[in-house]
Amino acid sequence: MAEYETFTYDVLVIGSGGAGLRAAIEVSAAGVSVGMVCKCLLGKAHTVMAEGGIAAALANVDDRDNWQVHFADTMRGGQYVNNWRMAELHAREAPERVKELEAWGAVFDRTNDGRILQRNFGGHKYPRLAHVGDRTGLEMIRTLQDHGVHRGIDVHMEICVLKLLKDGAKIAGAFGYDRERGRFNLFRAKAIVLATGGIGKAYKITSNSWDCTGDGHALAYHAGAELIDMEFIQFHPTGMVWPPSVRGMLVTEGVRGEGGILTNREGKRFMFDSIPDNYRAQTADNADEGWRYCTGDKNARRPPELLTRDHVARCIVREIKEGRGTPHGGVYLDISWIKEKLSNAEEHIKRKLPSMYHQFKALGDVDITKEPMEVGPTTHYIMGGVHVDPDTQMSRIPGLFAAGECAAGINGANRLGGNSLSDLLVFGKRAGEFAALYARDNQLPNVDGAQIDAAARDALKPFEHEAGDNPYAVQRDLQELMQHNVGIVRNEHEMQTALQEIQKLWDRANHVGVIGNRDFNPGWHTALDLKSLLTISEAITKAAIERKESRGAQFREDIPEKVDRFSTVNTLIAKADDGSMQVRLELLPQMPDYLKRVIDEMK
Amino acid sequence: MSETKTATFKIWRGDAKGGEFRDYTTEVAEGMVVLDAVHDIQRTQAQDLACRWNCKAGKCGSCSAEVNGMPKLMCMTRLSDLPVEQAIRIESMKAFPIIKDLITDVSWNFRVKKKIKPFKPRPPDAPDGTWRMKQADIDRIEEFRKCIECFLCQDVCHVLRDHRKHDEFIGPRFLVHVAALEMHPLDTEDRVEELRRAQGIGYCNITKCCTKVCPESIQITDNAIIPLKERVVDQFFDPFGWIWRALKRRLDRRATKSAQPVSNRK
Repeated sequence: MAEYETFTYDVLVIGSGGAGLRAAIEVSAAGVSVGMVCKCLLGKAHTVMAEGGIAAALANVDDRDNWQVHFADTMRGGQYVNNWRMAELHAREAPERVKELEAWGAVFDRTNDGRILQRNFGGHKYPRLAHVGDRTGLEMIRTLQDHGVHRGIDVHMEICVLKLLKDGAKIAGAFGYDRERGRFNLFRAKAIVLATGGIGKAYKITSNSWDCTGDGHALAYHAGAELIDMEFIQFHPTGMVWPPSVRGMLVTEGVRGEGGILTNREGKRFMFDSIPDNYRAQTADNADEGWRYCTGDKNARRPPELLTRDHVARCIVREIKEGRGTPHGGVYLDISWIKEKLSNAEEHIKRKLPSMYHQFKALGDVDITKEPMEVGPTTHYIMGGVHVDPDTQMSRIPGLFAAGECAAGINGANRLGGNSLSDLLVFGKRAGEFAALYARDNQLPNVDGAQIDAAARDALKPFEHEAGDNPYAVQRDLQELMQHNVGIVRNEHEMQTALQEIQKLWDRANHVGVIGNRDFNPGWHTALDLKSLLTISEAITKAAIERKESRGAQFREDIPEKVDRFSTVNTLIAKADDGSMQVRLELLPQMPDYLKRVIDEMK
Repeated sequence: MSETKTATFKIWRGDAKGGEFRDYTTEVAEGMVVLDAVHDIQRTQAQDLACRWNCKAGKCGSCSAEVNGMPKLMCMTRLSDLPVEQAIRIESMKAFPIIKDLITDVSWNFRVKKKIKPFKPRPPDAPDGTWRMKQADIDRIEEFRKCIECFLCQDVCHVLRDHRKHDEFIGPRFLVHVAALEMHPLDTEDRVEELRRAQGIGYCNITKCCTKVCPESIQITDNAIIPLKERVVDQFFDPFGWIWRALKRRLDRRATKSAQPVSNRK
């Protein structure tokens, strides 16, 4: 029998980033009890890293903006395989969610008339991102955290959840351990909201933290929920490439929003030659117009550097592959050139992009006000995740909800910058609201001791074989494999190889050994995270093989074009009765006429 | 171009019962930070070496430790800035109880914050429920809101580190937090009384150690603590101020509308 401490809540929120905090606040507002568990300390979740801003059609800077334009931009960016209802709700509700943050103490940069300032970002027709310099994520998480701690949320820090428990078909609780002492905890709950964020640690080059191991995706899958769109991984075009220790660290799109340009080693601004047809009408065709756009000229079209992330990342890969890259294997991103246009350029850059200035100065010995940065693509975000009802965020498991990056639907094949923070707020709130309603209508389910004992036994297994494989080595091999075989440029053969290799890594993961005891033991934690990493890596690979086309973030060199029959489907992953992972295509829900008209009008 | 050399790290290993510095040697490559070295050691020599970290970009404030005796974020401390020909000492923060190796129990900080009166905005300025603020009015608190809660300022503060006044003094981090709230253009709450009594602002004798270690370069002492100290002095120790406020309270009671928030005195 496993020993554990038991906590009971109406609603348990797993994850303390933007979505988790927003959900917990909403649950608490509904008057039911709420517990929150997080892998790290409160306020350190990956949301803190978000730089650019929160996309919301407030129309403070350009009054032509409204939810319809934001909706059309999101669908175009997602190559129309988004869930239309989620995209609609998101565009409609984002402005309210941003204003609410201000009421809770957030301090955004201001327009001249004192309202929330909005900046340009890739794929957004008008300046739409509410921001605070380039540390918007910090502002958001701190605001939610400081507001949340006064709302009666019971926070359990440094807890990893190992398994979701069920009572028949319904969700019943979560079983995990505390990192500090390695003791087991049982969380009984009527409803659970997963808000665990991303999967970046499945890749070698990533902007993500150690804790972005796809836990929510994997927990939901193993509990019987479905995952969709797992092939769509966003490789952010601009991560640092030098020195090696910071490779992958994010360089905000805000640099390009403020006028930064991409050039190759020949000094050529290569994005002008690579404007896709469906964006040609709204993209500048000369440098002067691009700059005017960045300075707020409403008659100018946006520069090609602000095309969608999937496209810009691929253009950068092409430049590097064809031998026009920089010495350290990237391209140049230059904001210092704006000194030709602005007399106070240095001060302006430091003010608009303070953390970028600091990051390059402190870690790369580069002064971005004087010289260009070297950048290349980095694994940043997964569009895919738990398949949820668009209005309530409930998965197909009664009582199991998901929000934020670990849920899917809103972003389709590619996410626009800025839409993630608004996604966290809009759907975090919705998940909290409907989880609370569900908890009101349902009794506390029973938990099954046998499920708990099995999970505890599995968790302690690595201590039994001290001489086993090193968990860090298995993790690293998986990251190499995913980076090379299921990365930015994919093909059938490499992905089939990856599937076989993942099976071998599963075997190794089952036999890893750890040293030391259960007190804060990172080796043991790494061993336990492997299950999530391998689960989602297998799901990503299977979905990417199933989508036999190139669309949005998925680029297949063996099928480089869009294929019509995939324009109306999502890939869907679920666990079969025999425990194997199955993938199939599922038709997208039909978009109603009023939204089709919105899209046509914005073409 | 990138030459490889090795360096020795003396890392404190142990728990509340005791511990010792142990030597680890690892390769040093160009651009490496202390956290990279700790990770290499963890991966290859000491799997169970406990250290917290998240973003590895100086934005989350998780990997706080003392490097050669200085409170630092390990992710932002370049090995090229340290004398790597000698062994580099890495140990945990000292103002908080040790849990294991490089990590401490920082939960006190979260309890302190919970006790500080939350943000309380004035009624919205516009019918759509929004407010108007000038950029110039928020620049000052944006400095405070840069704080990543690494707690290095708490670690270095002698009131906490040496005198263990955790029950009587909230420390520089939370004085910055109170300053951000007090100087927020929309806030209407009054925290001055608490600053003096429960939060122990008088303990700070402005030695500026906190400012020196802040990885976000927040001018903690000059811009946050001293202005707060002035507010306390104004409210409690200035007889003219006391009379003026008593008068003003009476006048305010007569006025039916309270139009403006507490002004943002320097």
